[in-house]
Amino acid sequence: MEAAYAITTDGLTKKFGDFIATNNITFQVKKGEIFGFLGANGAGKTTAMRMLCGLLKPSSGKATVAGYDVYTQTESIKLNIGYMSQRFSLYEDLTVSENIRFYGGIYGLTRSAIKTATAELLAKLALEKEAKSLVGSLPLGWKQKLSFSIAIIHNPAIVFLDEPTGGVDPITRRQFWDLIYEAAHAGVTVFVTTHYMDEAEYCDRVSIMVDGKIKALDTPAALKTTFGAATMNDVFLKLAREANQ
Amino acid sequence: MRTILYLLQKEFLQIFRNKAMLPIITVMPIVQLLILSFAANYEIKNMNIAIVDQDLSPYSKRLSQKMVASGYFRLAYQSMNADEAYEELASDRADLVMVIPRHFERDLIKHDESSIQLLVNAINGTKAGLANGYANVIIQQFNNEIRTEWFALDPKDGPAHFEITFSNWYNQGMNYRIFMVPGLLVVLVTMIGAFLSGMNIVKEKEIGTIEQLNVTPIRKSHFIIGKLLPFWLIGLLEMAVGLMVGKIVFDIPFLGSIGLLFLFSGIYLWVMLGLGLLISTFTETQQQAMFISWFFMVIFILMSGLFTPIESMPGWAQKMTLFNPLMYFVKVIRMVLLKGSGWAQVQWFFGVMVLFAIAMNTVAVLNYRKTV
Repeated sequence: MEAAYAITTDGLTKKFGDFIATNNITFQVKKGEIFGFLGANGAGKTTAMRMLCGLLKPSSGKATVAGYDVYTQTESIKLNIGYMSQRFSLYEDLTVSENIRFYGGIYGLTRSAIKTATAELLAKLALEKEAKSLVGSLPLGWKQKLSFSIAIIHNPAIVFLDEPTGGVDPITRRQFWDLIYEAAHAGVTVFVTTHYMDEAEYCDRVSIMVDGKIKALDTPAALKTTFGAATMNDVFLKLAREANQ
Repeated sequence: MRTILYLLQKEFLQIFRNKAMLPIITVMPIVQLLILSFAANYEIKNMNIAIVDQDLSPYSKRLSQKMVASGYFRLAYQSMNADEAYEELASDRADLVMVIPRHFERDLIKHDESSIQLLVNAINGTKAGLANGYANVIIQQFNNEIRTEWFALDPKDGPAHFEITFSNWYNQGMNYRIFMVPGLLVVLVTMIGAFLSGMNIVKEKEIGTIEQLNVTPIRKSHFIIGKLLPFWLIGLLEMAVGLMVGKIVFDIPFLGSIGLLFLFSGIYLWVMLGLGLLISTFTETQQQAMFISWFFMVIFILMSGLFTPIESMPGWAQKMTLFNPLMYFVKVIRMVLLKGSGWAQVQWFFGVMVLFAIAMNTVAVLNYRKTV
């Protein structure tokens, strides 16, 4: 059972005072899956993701990430995951290759491994010419792609992406998803939140959170059938509208 | 261990890529030492004096001249009318009034004593005290002079038999710059330690990169060392630049061991870096960190004995200064540079500083969390 799942949660809950941000959520993410984690703003997605990354201690419930417990083994979790937050997290005053070297270094990659990884990464993103430019001078779409590539530089078992494509143009989003597919192909489990419903269609399975609870969890095709909707957008609107009533 | 090296590499790249940083390291110490050491000068010259000479005798004129010739006083007003002179004092045109009464010379010769009235504007207590002191010394000198003259005329009418003389040890010329420059160096090093380190960590919170670091397996202790060590080195570099400026421009004496001084600075800097780290743990923006650092800085500087002697503070305030790391550093740097104190004289201060460093960093590290 442990071997089949990258992430398991059982009744995971986080309270901030009286406010319940994440209410008793239970789900499993299979290894190598692209798992879409959907929900309106304030539905509790980021809170849940932060608990899984070991950034936040849960109030109650159980969860394991890559087989490690989120209460007691957060440092082991951190070795095995990559994370890309909503906020841009590279250093704008460092160059592209300095950023790669730094993150590679703190994940414990050897000097030669960093060199190879840097060359591969620059080639993949066609950023060879920009290797010595400051990250702050790159367009947003390039920054996001670079950010993702750096988040998986240490070949983690799981990568968490928190609205990775926010504010990015459709072409770059498409290219970004190519990168995600490529990573998933290489066996990385992808856990992604997004507000773009077309992106939800790209996921293997999708969960939709409303007011701190998971209201639906299935493949996009199955969800559309269950809710009698033509697109994921309609599925989302139906669930979100229910919550408002 | 390798993690720390990557962190250090990143920090130094960022620090030296920051355009404000190089001026802070090189220009700030020079400007601060040059300007402040001239400005923070307790010697007061050219105080305005109003002289009311109601005697108009040779002796009274001689005393007036002596006052003005001293260089400390500038004759702002002269008259026979004391009330007019008080008016000068009230309107701030005079800092002190000397009233020489009628029969000053006659009484001095006949009764061997006479009196003079000195009125000092004491709104600025320090200035008033100095004016009073200078005037008294001059009057004393005048007294000695005329008595020596009498003694020449008549051996039985001799001067007082004893006189107290002073010898100023360690700073013979009573040069305020020699006294101030080491103290100002302390302020400089303190600012580097507490301000820059704290702001640097909070900046990562502000731009959001701290979250990215917190999901990496980076160890808390590695992160902290990687953050503080660069500023420790910069602080020591600053100390070296400051000492050189002090030596070249002000010719401050280096009587004691420079190595000892750097050792103490090294420990002291860890205290201040710990303070910066602690501040960064409970602030979210650089602005907040700045204000809180500033709050501590003002208290530390004013209660350090740098500008005002600790001995003149009330008892409770004197006890408070025992918890002020700056106070110890001001003391030690003056002792080592100006008096040539060695390990034996300053070891107690070393002990206290090590305790401070341990306490401050323990609290800061315990308070620092990798979770949000």
